[in-house]
Amino acid sequence: MTSQETLYTYTLRLADNALVLGQRLSEWTGHGPFLEEDLALTNIALDTFGTATSLLEYAAKVENKNRDADALAYRRNEREFCNILLVEQTNGDYAKTILRQSFIDAFNILLYTELAKSKDETLAGIAQKAIKEVSYHFRHTSSWVVRFGDGTEESHNKIQDALNELWRFTGELFEMDEVEEALVKQGIAVDAKSFQAKWETQLDELFAKATLKKPETSFMQTGGRKGLHTEHLGYMLSEMQTLPRMLPDAKW
Amino acid sequence: MSDSQGPIWEVFVQKKAGQPFVHCGSLHAFDKEMALQNARDLYTRRNEGMSLWVVPSAAITASSPEDIGSFFEPANDKVYRHPTFYQIPDAIGHM
Amino acid sequence: MENKNFEDVFEAKLVKNDMIEAKDWMPENYRKHLIRQISQHAHSEIVGMLPEGNWITRAPSLRAKKVLLAKVQDEGGHGLYLYTAAETLGTSRDELLDALHTGKAKYSSIFNYPTLTWADIGAIGWLVDGAAIMNQVMLQRTSYGPYARAMVRICKEESFHQRQGYEIMTHLSFGTKEQKEMAQDALNRWWFPTLMMFGPPDSESPNSENAIKWRIKRETNDQLRQRFVDQTVAQIEYLGLTLPDKGLKWNETKKGYDYSEPNWVEFKNVISGNGPCNKERLAARNASHKNGEWVRAAATAYAKKNAEPFMAA
Repeated sequence: MTSQETLYTYTLRLADNALVLGQRLSEWTGHGPFLEEDLALTNIALDTFGTATSLLEYAAKVENKNRDADALAYRRNEREFCNILLVEQTNGDYAKTILRQSFIDAFNILLYTELAKSKDETLAGIAQKAIKEVSYHFRHTSSWVVRFGDGTEESHNKIQDALNELWRFTGELFEMDEVEEALVKQGIAVDAKSFQAKWETQLDELFAKATLKKPETSFMQTGGRKGLHTEHLGYMLSEMQTLPRMLPDAKW
Repeated sequence: MSDSQGPIWEVFVQKKAGQPFVHCGSLHAFDKEMALQNARDLYTRRNEGMSLWVVPSAAITASSPEDIGSFFEPANDKVYRHPTFYQIPDAIGHM
Repeated sequence: MENKNFEDVFEAKLVKNDMIEAKDWMPENYRKHLIRQISQHAHSEIVGMLPEGNWITRAPSLRAKKVLLAKVQDEGGHGLYLYTAAETLGTSRDELLDALHTGKAKYSSIFNYPTLTWADIGAIGWLVDGAAIMNQVMLQRTSYGPYARAMVRICKEESFHQRQGYEIMTHLSFGTKEQKEMAQDALNRWWFPTLMMFGPPDSESPNSENAIKWRIKRETNDQLRQRFVDQTVAQIEYLGLTLPDKGLKWNETKKGYDYSEPNWVEFKNVISGNGPCNKERLAARNASHKNGEWVRAAATAYAKKNAEPFMAA
């Protein structure tokens, strides 16, 4: 892999995480549990699409193959998407959506704090802007995790179920391969392993406050970063990409 | 009034440091942290402010329309509280 | 003071163009009329999130997706501002939502039409929001203070909605053959339902007279409808699209367009539950409300456990 390809892949992985998560979040708009929360989650979706757009634009520029951000979002196939599995999981109930989001928010704060120091100025710039956004997201989602965990028996059970279901997808957040390793050496990418312990401590504290129990299993699902997804992604993309695929010559 | 949507809160926004907090609307929230977050997500989506107050509606005591006469009209004839009441020689200029 | 005196004060305020505030005395019919109108308006915003929301996951570009999300989010905010304005009149959001969910309350008939193609999103922003804005601009000066203040905020936020709709229509109308057909098809389907949004003709509008007397409304349905038609014809011409009304003709005497009346029988049917999507819209609202029940219960329970002393009820 050339260094250009490495940077492209790294940026695209970050971008796809944001894009796919944003798409999932936007499914809630108009269907939230009450009005105020509907607007709040949509704000998170908008921030996430904003980051996705910046990252996709940069990926397109790095790739330099006459594809723009929209082409990357709308004209790639399922196997070419390299987001982690966690973000493509279906929304489920509100507890599952909130818990998934809190995993990613806590991760993103650590990720973007490090990425803001990247030698790649574009990535550093995107990260600097995103830190403020994701810090607020975590404030929002973590407060809901506690409300659910320490709310009613029903809400406690729902978020505990969500935790049992989603925990197996969290390992992938910290995976590193030759792409990241090469870029870490150049001071461009972030070594996610370096803050894995911190992330776990933060979540343990959150789970304690929310009276939740982390699943015993340490087995982790993987594959998304290499284009091996769960069955959910295909449906999401066929919906998302329908218009540009239907009218390939049209501009929107 | 409390209902399944949570109590009502009143939201006050300060546009810039140094300016007064101005009432901008209401919302529902179940606790104060949520009220603050909801106020942020609802009332500052277009850079409307940089500081927020949220107050449970129920905590506000308001004057009544019937009070208008006894509360506010007695101030009408206290013209000596206003600078224009006083004559200053032209030669002094602005004071 | 007797009621008569209260009424004199109220009438005098209307004459002077003063605002009525929540704690002021008001005739019971005025209060009822306001609760009905404001809540219908709020319901329209909330139900209105659904037809547009239908395309959020299929918006054809990243930019279009963000714009649509922000717009649908605004509609939710507007519903919220309006519900809280109605609540100052002594009702609750629970009560208002219950009326919506059980089909007792009405909302704008337009949202019972389906959004079949992406061009419908353009047509809604351009025509439906365009029509709504005419009404809303007028309502900024409505006689009830909390309603007027909500409308000022709403109008400020709405200002991008119509523009984004027209922008979509521009892209489509000057795009490929299929896109242009899509645009024309959307115009054909949305034109008459949009004209219906202003309500029945003045001669048949049961609530108009009081609304004007109380300065809740300041212009009649027909006046607003005429202004909308006059303003929109040139916008259609610019797009190179054809207005689906053979009766449209410039009338030099009234310096405005003559146009065909929409099908008022259809209007009455859609309003009373027989539109193409009435059942789906209500089902969707009911589903989110019901799915949110345990969320709200959890928040209530948590707040109770962690109540601040000043909040103890």
